[in-house]
Amino acid sequence: MEFWVFFSAKPLMWLIITIAVFLSSSWFNRRLGGTPILHPVLVSLALIIAFLLMTGTPYETYFEGAQFIHFLLGPATVALAVPLYDHFERVKKMLLPLVVACMAGAVTAAASALLVAQALDASTGTLLSIAPKSVTSPIAIGIAEKLGGYPSLASGLVLVTGALGCILAPPIYRILNVQDEAVKGFGLGVAAHGMGTAFAFEYGLMAGAFGGLAMGMTGAFTAFMLPLLIPLLGIG
Amino acid sequence: MLIGFLVLLLLQFVGELIVMYTGMPVPGPVVGMVLLLIGLIVNGGVPEVLRQPSEALLKHLALLFVPAGVGLMLHFGLLKDDWLAISVALVVSTALAILITTLILNRSAKKLQQLEERK
Repeated sequence: MEFWVFFSAKPLMWLIITIAVFLSSSWFNRRLGGTPILHPVLVSLALIIAFLLMTGTPYETYFEGAQFIHFLLGPATVALAVPLYDHFERVKKMLLPLVVACMAGAVTAAASALLVAQALDASTGTLLSIAPKSVTSPIAIGIAEKLGGYPSLASGLVLVTGALGCILAPPIYRILNVQDEAVKGFGLGVAAHGMGTAFAFEYGLMAGAFGGLAMGMTGAFTAFMLPLLIPLLGIG
Repeated sequence: MLIGFLVLLLLQFVGELIVMYTGMPVPGPVVGMVLLLIGLIVNGGVPEVLRQPSEALLKHLALLFVPAGVGLMLHFGLLKDDWLAISVALVVSTALAILITTLILNRSAKKLQQLEERK
């Protein structure tokens, strides 16, 4: 027990656990042929949350170690410019349809989520945290704060949406017979932000680049659009 | 590699500063991404020192979402009350968003392809 008391107080342990659990979940997921239902992020979340609850560790203690990984989201977001630049010619040619598709997708995501949740009697706090669910975590947290929702619930729902996007996109693409890598990546980026983008990189670098572009565009557009949409639906 | 990582951090920093002073509702790193894209276009290429750290970070993008996601454990109460509304809303809206986006884009992508084949 001495060992546990000593180690659980160290941020280092939570850092090690996060990376080790994620690596094993990824390995396990590959062995199963990459099924998105057992998305490595979701499996990691379930395992780590179960472990924290079992050991009675508060989230704050865990985050002291895990924050070093969380911190890298910033530079990683900046780095998305690199694959974007690599496919800039393609982006330029499709700019107008990309903007239209992104706006339509972002409004659809937010409005349909709010309407369905409202119809099923969700509380106002939940509604305001659901609204930015298709947006990348750092933007979604900012939006939820501004609207009066719960930022940490919002960031959790963002992740669940991300995983759902990875599960739902492949069958939708099969039904619609989508072949184009750029289109696949863009749809994932609009509906499922960074997790969709990470998933899109498995279709190829071009899909990943368009996912990153969609993620950036959707995030910026949604931040401006939601404060107008929410009073329109009579929420808050 | 290290220089490239420094550039990424500096651009994020400049992005945060711009957001702070203009009060834009967009996060700093997204502004940093736009700045880097402009820089790459002006430069006309991606320097190898920048490509290495960028591709290393993007390769493991999914891992970076885990720490924030574990924060879900703080909201089990709300999730228990509203789980049905939340699950149905998330599934329906995510499927619709992919469907709408793809339908709009797929048509213009096909047109573009036909144009290029004609050339």
